[in-house]
Amino acid sequence: MLKTFKIGGIHPPENKLSKGKAIEVLPIPEKVMIPLSQHIGAPATAIVAKGDTVKVGQLIAKASGFISANIHSSVSGTIEKIDNIVDASGYPKPMIIIKVEGDEWEEDINKSAKINSNLEYNKDEIIEKVAKAGIVGLGGATFPANVKLMPPPGSTAEVLIINAVECEPYLTSDHSIMLEKGEEIIIGTHIIMKALDVKKAIIGIENNKPDAIKHLNEIAKKHIGIEICPLKVRYPQGGEKQLIKATINKEVPSGALPIAVGAVVQNVASVLAIYEAVQLNKPLFERIVTITGKSVASPGNYLCRIGTPIKNIIEAAGGIPTDTGKIIGGGPMMGKALTNIDAPITKGSSGVLILNTRESQREKSRDCIRCAKCVDVCPMGLEPFLLMTLAENNNLERLEKDNIMDCIECGSCSYTCPANRALLDYIRLGKGRTGQMIRNRKQ
Amino acid sequence: MSITVLLTIISLCAIGVTAAIILYFVAQKFKVIEDPRIDQVEDILPGANCGGCGYPGCRGFAEATVKAEELDGLFCPVGGSDTMSEVAKCLGKEVVAQTPKIAVVKCNGTCDNRPKHNKYDGAQSCAIQASLYCGESGCQYGCLGCGDCVSVCNFDAIYMGEDGLPKVIEDKCVACGACVEACPKNIIELRNKGPKDRRVYVACSSKDKGGIARKACSAACIGCMKCAKECPFDAITVENNLAYIDFEKCKLCRKCVAVCPTGAINETNFPPRKPKVEKKEVLNKEANTNKSEN
Repeated sequence: MLKTFKIGGIHPPENKLSKGKAIEVLPIPEKVMIPLSQHIGAPATAIVAKGDTVKVGQLIAKASGFISANIHSSVSGTIEKIDNIVDASGYPKPMIIIKVEGDEWEEDINKSAKINSNLEYNKDEIIEKVAKAGIVGLGGATFPANVKLMPPPGSTAEVLIINAVECEPYLTSDHSIMLEKGEEIIIGTHIIMKALDVKKAIIGIENNKPDAIKHLNEIAKKHIGIEICPLKVRYPQGGEKQLIKATINKEVPSGALPIAVGAVVQNVASVLAIYEAVQLNKPLFERIVTITGKSVASPGNYLCRIGTPIKNIIEAAGGIPTDTGKIIGGGPMMGKALTNIDAPITKGSSGVLILNTRESQREKSRDCIRCAKCVDVCPMGLEPFLLMTLAENNNLERLEKDNIMDCIECGSCSYTCPANRALLDYIRLGKGRTGQMIRNRKQ
Repeated sequence: MSITVLLTIISLCAIGVTAAIILYFVAQKFKVIEDPRIDQVEDILPGANCGGCGYPGCRGFAEATVKAEELDGLFCPVGGSDTMSEVAKCLGKEVVAQTPKIAVVKCNGTCDNRPKHNKYDGAQSCAIQASLYCGESGCQYGCLGCGDCVSVCNFDAIYMGEDGLPKVIEDKCVACGACVEACPKNIIELRNKGPKDRRVYVACSSKDKGGIARKACSAACIGCMKCAKECPFDAITVENNLAYIDFEKCKLCRKCVAVCPTGAINETNFPPRKPKVEKKEVLNKEANTNKSEN
């Protein structure tokens, strides 16, 4: 029997339309907009000024604080301006705008396609290189990767878990890199194992990607300590805590980090980025983005430079279909509707999903019928219907007591609700307010 | 048979009397001595329990007034100055009369003024919408129109107008400030009600630069400074491309309303202006009459 997590979970239609499509390289745009805040934590500080010329991979904004990340230029050209530009949410955010001239890379980046499997760097060098390259969790949470490689004092990592689950319907970017860059991923895993000083790594892959499981298994056979773990298809298996439960059968306590059970989780795309940073000196300035949707002419996986306008990738896939209702940044479960397709691809963009009018419509919300389906599917064992009511009434003390801060915002409750209640919307609101209250109390 | 009935009656009576005696002593023992004035003050208060005073309900406020040395900073917005003077009389304290206030909505972004470029179909709550994105129009500062202010109002004093903006019913608004707190965009402000309910205020909250603000909404404040220059009482300040009229300084001369190029300044309850007669026309008329006389 295949492993999976124990409580809750759903199985939405997979709709992996771009499955098996080879990675295509998206042409470099005329202009890129690189946001200064593409990660969790403090926004980076720009270290270039208007008129400067930059090369591909050149540092243009420095991490400002422990939880922050460097940002590198994804193109070569001239800095046009540094200004507040309206992003995908409609709010203006500071961005660096670069006018593209040619494609000149920094000299120390190794551009050859040859795989470098020499593990020549020690622990500290690896962590420094990862931090320098500005790598963040590419699954969508965008937590700085180097911070995860440094377990807090008093805790030791025992096992590395690679998140190659890709449980979001429609998205296939991780699947495509596993098929095409398997070797690099395994070497990247070794690099992280060395940095963390662990002997064991588990790569968790859902069973709907048998080709990836087979491919990685063949490569992993030649390496010691790396195990491929096929998992039953179940959403939200890609959640850190769910994946830990599924792979090593340990439960992360409420409010604690995975390191509390000796686990460190890294996304498979981040592993590839870490390989490139350590072995090829290549900072994070491009990523694989899935463009998909039922009405999209040719769904696919594209290698995009960070800062490319979202509309470019849509055009590459055949333009906006006429029946488009919503354009989602990310997957259908956790993604966010975009208001502006001139906004750039960022480090956290795993996909662009175009929903047609019928799919995108939200049904009218009706009264709760107390069926408790939301309680059944909540992977964290919470009571979403109750949390929603408490959030509506702004009862923050009760929300805290009912562990609202454990919510991973996976949206399983809203998905399953037969009365179409906006459970997650209210829970997210309540979570934000409760978090604020807790922070205020600590001060 | 009769003995059984009698015994029952007697034993029940005995139980009743014993219980009464016990209860009496218990009541004496655990008696809570409360200032009787709290009840008196609570009776005077309107009993809306709205929390507008900052205390949990009217009783909380009554306790606070009785406890306080002076009534500074304690004010019931619902009852207003009349209620407060009664409270003061009851407690033998002094109270400073406060000017009555009212909530005003600082947004002019009606459906006509502010074209929508996307459709929000999520949970009908402004707080949720604001946390997701900027809103349906191009203005990130304006009213979102889901009516969080309406749902928090305990006095039915605010409703969503057909133009998509909340409307305050002047007779019902008690300036408790619940809507001010509920609005995630901070576009509701408590301002002086003004003589004869007349008010002049900038009905815009956009801090965008003129061009951007104007593009998003035709009635936006563009920070052109015209009103600030026109104001004879220095009541208008422009900060972050947004004008603000200080209601303490404003003398309601309405000169700013006339010069505002976008119509972002609202005036309420003023009589209609006399139709302006251009000076030239007047001169021409005079000349004409002179000519005809000649």
